[in-house]
Amino acid sequence: MLAVNSLNTFYGKAQILFNLTLAVQAGEIVALIGRNGAGKTTTFKSIMNLVPAESGKISFKHQSIYHLPSYKICKQGLGYAPEDRRIFTKLTVMENLEAGKQPPRRDFKPWTPEQLFELFPNLAEKRHQDGGTLSGGEQQMLTIARTLMGNPEMIILDEPFEGLAPMIVKQLARTIRKLKDQGVSVFLSEQNLNVARLICDRAYIIHRGSIRHESPIDTLSSDQYEKYCSV
Amino acid sequence: MGFLIVQFLTGLSDASGLFLVACGLSLIFGVSRIVNFAHGSFYMVGAYLAYYLIGYLPLGGLSFWASILISGLIVGLIGILVEVLLLKRLYRSPELFLLMGTFGLILVIQDLSRWLFGSEDLLGPRCPGLDGSIDILGTLLPQYDLALIIIALLILLAIWLLLNRTRWGILVRAATEDREMLAALGVNQSLLFTSVFFLGSFLAGLGGALQLPKGGADLLMDLNVIAGAFVVVVVGGMGSILGAYLAALLIGELSAFGVLVLPQSTLVMMFLIMAVVLIIRPYGLFGKGKSGEYEYDEKTSAPIQPASERLKLAGLGLLLLVLLMPLFAGDFQLVLMIEIAILALSSMSLYFMMGPGGMISFGHAVFFGGGAYAAALLVHHLNTPMELALFFAPLLVGLLALIIGWFCVRLSGVYLAMLTLAFAQICWSIVFQWSAFTGGDDGLLSIWPSDWASNRIVFYYLTMTLCIGGILILRHLVFTPFGYTLRACRDSALRVDSIGINLKRHQWFTFALTGFFAGLAGSIYVFSKGSVFPDEMAIPRSFDFLLMVLLGGIEALSGPVIGSAAFIWLHDLISRIHFWQLILGSIFIFLVVAFPRGIAGFLDNRFGRIFSNHIGPRA
Amino acid sequence: MTTILSIHRLSKSFEGIRAVNNISFDLNEGELLAMIGPNGAGKSTCFNLINGQLVPDSGSIVIFGKKINGLKPRHIWRLGVGRTFQITSTFISMTVLENVQMALLSHHGRTLNVVRKVQNLFMDESIELLERVGMADQQDRACGTLAYGDLKRVELAVALANNPKLLLMDEPTAGMGPKERSRLMELTAEIVQTHRIGVLFTEHDMEVVFKHADRIIVLNQGKLVAQGCPEDVRRDTGVQEIYLGREEAARLEKII
Repeated sequence: MLAVNSLNTFYGKAQILFNLTLAVQAGEIVALIGRNGAGKTTTFKSIMNLVPAESGKISFKHQSIYHLPSYKICKQGLGYAPEDRRIFTKLTVMENLEAGKQPPRRDFKPWTPEQLFELFPNLAEKRHQDGGTLSGGEQQMLTIARTLMGNPEMIILDEPFEGLAPMIVKQLARTIRKLKDQGVSVFLSEQNLNVARLICDRAYIIHRGSIRHESPIDTLSSDQYEKYCSV
Repeated sequence: MGFLIVQFLTGLSDASGLFLVACGLSLIFGVSRIVNFAHGSFYMVGAYLAYYLIGYLPLGGLSFWASILISGLIVGLIGILVEVLLLKRLYRSPELFLLMGTFGLILVIQDLSRWLFGSEDLLGPRCPGLDGSIDILGTLLPQYDLALIIIALLILLAIWLLLNRTRWGILVRAATEDREMLAALGVNQSLLFTSVFFLGSFLAGLGGALQLPKGGADLLMDLNVIAGAFVVVVVGGMGSILGAYLAALLIGELSAFGVLVLPQSTLVMMFLIMAVVLIIRPYGLFGKGKSGEYEYDEKTSAPIQPASERLKLAGLGLLLLVLLMPLFAGDFQLVLMIEIAILALSSMSLYFMMGPGGMISFGHAVFFGGGAYAAALLVHHLNTPMELALFFAPLLVGLLALIIGWFCVRLSGVYLAMLTLAFAQICWSIVFQWSAFTGGDDGLLSIWPSDWASNRIVFYYLTMTLCIGGILILRHLVFTPFGYTLRACRDSALRVDSIGINLKRHQWFTFALTGFFAGLAGSIYVFSKGSVFPDEMAIPRSFDFLLMVLLGGIEALSGPVIGSAAFIWLHDLISRIHFWQLILGSIFIFLVVAFPRGIAGFLDNRFGRIFSNHIGPRA
Repeated sequence: MTTILSIHRLSKSFEGIRAVNNISFDLNEGELLAMIGPNGAGKSTCFNLINGQLVPDSGSIVIFGKKINGLKPRHIWRLGVGRTFQITSTFISMTVLENVQMALLSHHGRTLNVVRKVQNLFMDESIELLERVGMADQQDRACGTLAYGDLKRVELAVALANNPKLLLMDEPTAGMGPKERSRLMELTAEIVQTHRIGVLFTEHDMEVVFKHADRIIVLNQGKLVAQGCPEDVRRDTGVQEIYLGREEAARLEKII
């Protein structure tokens, strides 16, 4: 569904991604595992063209999205929830959802705020509150809910569990699995193997800007993980 | 009683036009982070267009209102043109370069208007059907004033609904916070920006057209209204429409009643209100938090390095050239060199505040002109000899800078910049209106150097010694603990506070230093010219200095010197041509598009390797 | 054992909501004290009250026997309190070395000096501090180009510049890899031991907390709900219910 081929990305003069290649199939939950600075965020931002890549190929549903403006990529059905949450703090929860809204897609039942409130019950009671007054966990949920309002076929989640209390991590993991049941593919990044094991089908390990290992999550050994992800 | 009511309503109607301009400015700033200096020019164009349209449209009674609406729409389209052709290219440049680009626009629009509409002041036509007056308890109020009040209220309501009740409004408010995120959510922000620019420009054009029957149209409208609009936006709080209305109201009313008490106080009044409000509420009446901050661009933040051997050699060569100049250069070149040196010192002091200090000043002319006036007044009223005047004038300006700085360092970002503009405007109006002491518009004449220095060449060397000395001292400061602390304050206010540094105190002293050296430049300037006029303190002068610093680029320590030289050379080259502002403006626009890092930044990029030490990897 | 920090009946409200509600606890020298709790429990507020960013509504904060309510952060620093931030905050236009020099300039009251060049000031001291956190080999790099974990270590060096007796660390290991995390905490523990200073830190990574903290306090909805050694806190059923969850608590047993 999403195919990335030999992607090279620079920040200024520093090269961050080196010939990065990966693919996500429809209906999968795939993790991009790597330590901080390995290039996870840059990978996502390059896919969304928020940080334009220098060379390579990116296609989504067999169409090239390489160097397409971000908003067009989103309109193709690829949603993105960034790691630092970036909700609109002065907009209410409802308005945040409205900002993420896109026209419905064919063969796809559009998300409504009510459905999303079922998925994220904490948000329902705060729907008229400003985004900035939510707690960290609630903001994370709002970020995901807002992205879902664009009716994506695939959603990219950058470190969705970072900074969340253990209880909330569980809750969010369950929700992400539910998304899969509803036909949304998920591509997420994570540092912690244990957390990735909770929800993912398959994993890529990224190290110094390129993919070093790929396997189903069940067969991914701790050794492989240790080799690249521990400092 | 009736008189007071009429006075109140007049204030309200004055506020209406100001509100329309400020409202558009605020909307544009909120979404695109552009402080659009050219917004006042849109207002002026709106007034001119309406004037001609009313004459041409064959619609009878309707032609008045139709013309006003059409003028607004045309200005809105001009706004789109400007946004698409110019500003879109600059969104990725540092915000300061956007300022420079929009300032270039002012010059271009100014000359184009002169060419298209002529330079005569035009008297506005009356509004058909509303050209009478109504009697309020014995005092007359023009009907048109009432109409303006109602129109402004309707527009306020319409914009509020637009922002809070429509999807477009939600997107605009979201873009105000985080544009990139909005793009990732599938919103075409480019289109959104353009639409906001259209609305903002439309409101400015409409404002200009609507005030035609009250104030007519002239070529000074642009700068006159932009200062007022800044004040309204800042007092009301950046991005707050309701705040802009209340601020316009406050200023309109206080001016309307202030005139009764002190007839000549209107200008001072407006800026005093601004100063008072900002001291009590730093982000304006309805402003929230730090939305007006300049974010320091990471690209401009490579560690500074001391001059390399080669750069020192180059500097030495330049110094030698300056010293030997009188041997082969004519009088004219010497005069030009004197001017360059003086302005270079002044812009170096502005650079010190803006670069290492991270504080942008829109009112630097208050220190430069202040120095010129301090010296001139000392000579004129006390017969002070040049030597003493050159000593005391900078000190007096340093003192003035301490007073101004005390207020300004409470703020940051755009708010600080606008407060500097406000103080500069207050001082300018005092100088302008207090003719008995300052000579007013006629200025002060016959301020000549002492006998020993009246020879051109002697004066040349005197100027070079003081100016180059000043520039080198300022340069040295950047490398001292004080300069480092200042940069630390700019980089992270949070961090300096947590290592025991009093940020405000250091910024405050920076104001004093900046004031002192700009004052020194100003006082030399007055002796080189022999006279001083209020223009030296006015807004365009402040913009000149801003341009010199920006032209040089704020990344390089040599920027201000190169920038001033380029500016004066350019100015001198083309100021004899008829539409020179058009050319100068176009050059600025070209420069910001072509060299988004400034001339010195460009040179550094291109030839940096030749002059750098390579202590460590550069960011 | 000397008490470094003493919090007594501390409260702070925002718009009617009690973010910190009547909290009391002590911190002794040579102790690593962790503050944990769910999001919105009041950890950040509590932290910002102690470092002076916020002013308490009531209660007292006593550092080295001096009540510091209402003092500004920069005055609290002068008492000998260092701090690191959740999101690193360094001077990005300066090199690693210059960042530390800056802190030393301030410590020695030299920030208004306009004569000497920074280049030659407090070099030895700065390099020594950088050696302590293992950053001396990168002293000339611009902070803007450093990896996140390295930035955290620079922050630690800056925080140590005034020989603090108390160190406040807000999520010191956020954004670091697992091994990097324990290395930073081991470094911190070592500094705590050799210099007999006290550390108060917040942290979301339970492994870090339960492995390195000497004592833990748990906040929930602004109140202090439990405190004690890691083992006691882990077993506390109340803490399991509001924060850890049972599985996590079981898993943590191995770590302690």
